[in-house]
Amino acid sequence: MPPDFEHPKPAASWETRAYWEGCGRHELVLQRCDDCGSVQHRPRAICASCLSSAVSHFVASGRGRVYTYTITRQNGVPPFRDALPYVLAYVDLEEGPRLMTNIVGCDPEEVSIGQEVVVDFQDVDASDLGEAGGSFAVPRFRPA
Amino acid sequence: MSLAGSIAIAGVHEHETRWAPDKTELQIMAESARGALADCGLGLGDVDGLFAASMSMGAMGTVSLSEYLNIKPRYLDGTNIGGSSFVAHVNHAAAAIHAGLCEVALVLYGSTAASNALAIGTGMGGGGRDPNGAFIGPYGMTTVGSYALVAQRHMHLYGTRSEQLAEISVAMRKHASLNPNAKMRKPISVDDVLESRMISDPLHLLDCCIISDGGGAVVVTSLERARDLAKAPVVLLGCGEAVAHQEIGSPDLLTLAAKQSGEHAFGMAGVSHDDVDFCTIYDSFTITVLATLENLGFCKPGEGGDFVSGGRIALGGALPVNPDGGGLSNNHPGMRGIFLVIEATRQLRGECGERQVQGASLGLAHGTGGTIGALHSGATLILGRD
Ligand SMILES: [Zn+2]
Repeated sequence: MPPDFEHPKPAASWETRAYWEGCGRHELVLQRCDDCGSVQHRPRAICASCLSSAVSHFVASGRGRVYTYTITRQNGVPPFRDALPYVLAYVDLEEGPRLMTNIVGCDPEEVSIGQEVVVDFQDVDASDLGEAGGSFAVPRFRPA
Repeated sequence: MSLAGSIAIAGVHEHETRWAPDKTELQIMAESARGALADCGLGLGDVDGLFAASMSMGAMGTVSLSEYLNIKPRYLDGTNIGGSSFVAHVNHAAAAIHAGLCEVALVLYGSTAASNALAIGTGMGGGGRDPNGAFIGPYGMTTVGSYALVAQRHMHLYGTRSEQLAEISVAMRKHASLNPNAKMRKPISVDDVLESRMISDPLHLLDCCIISDGGGAVVVTSLERARDLAKAPVVLLGCGEAVAHQEIGSPDLLTLAAKQSGEHAFGMAGVSHDDVDFCTIYDSFTITVLATLENLGFCKPGEGGDFVSGGRIALGGALPVNPDGGGLSNNHPGMRGIFLVIEATRQLRGECGERQVQGASLGLAHGTGGTIGALHSGATLILGRD
């Protein structure tokens, strides 16, 4: 199994902060529109189905299946350079949204399309951001 | 008079350089402009519309370029939607000329991607500040990786094989061997592709485009004016543009922007797929060609593997693609769309020598910009003889 690696810090904004803070609590948070019921990812300040501002967050199960993946064997940029080979993937969540992620916690050769996976959080040290930094984490997935 | 059939490409030039450590982007654009204007017999003073994008041009880019060329165009368009930009620029120039907002449009590109040692395909993956990138940056998505996600899904759903993708590389290299300016001219086999090292499964090194320096220029004007110029006009019959993205979490990675832009272009041109003699298709990776052909409607979803096999997209095959050798073998200076327009134009003029598609009278150019596994654009042109 290749070494785990520290993900680059996500760039949170006021629009996406609740998502990353949810990850900090080890909860995968998605958005649902209070007006039209649409579930959306990535998070944003408006519903991209009806332009309503009444968008709420809810905690997803964190379970899903691999939609597609690739074993990345060349990337010159740290920290990925030192984590090769690593798996880039899209995961279909039980709640619907398909999100980009890494599959960790197994040999890359064991990953397959349709495989059941669960979310796995890596805490991010945001102490350099002071109080505004809050508590963040990056969601990845591992075999269920 | 409708736009379709009333606008023409009058002049083109593909810069001969593939390695230019001693040149700047602007210089390559200007030298390309000189070539394209000479090609059609116009001068810099005739240019009243400027369309350009590059890997470093940002805000004010076309204004700076106007200063460099010492021209004062009355129409500027710095649209940058990735490598497809220059195909889109031709669409935009056609609209501007048709509306009477300019008469002679110059489309320019220049790049020193190779001599600057840019790792275009495998140097990405840091945490970007743009809001969409924040959901990609932590995961190390390379450009190759993005396309590999599509290839893997295609193989899973349809049983597409690496050998079939490799046929695309082999055809492009065969074409490049007939192009004296091409960067990679030594023929390769399917086995060569399969034995080259894996970059991002299932894409091998030889499934990936090369990196070169280079640039080009295209002159667009009214068909009426083009008829008085030096070369036979190439007529714009149809065009279309589109974007594809993550659709709030439901992207179908096998549906490309090409589907929407292609449908529009075919509808506008009033021609069928059987009428098309050849294509120039952005070949950043082998999967890009296969998936684009499916999305443009040349075959059904899932049939792309068979469609590209047995030399069917090589010269002499059913639908030759990229007779110049494409980005896989001819040149790929970062954003390749302009060469799709240039090669299609030259093929329709019948001036391509050994790599000429015999009897070429209708061609399709399709540019892809961005990364098809995350966020991309598409622009399509259908071009014909006068
Ligand atoms: Zn809504």
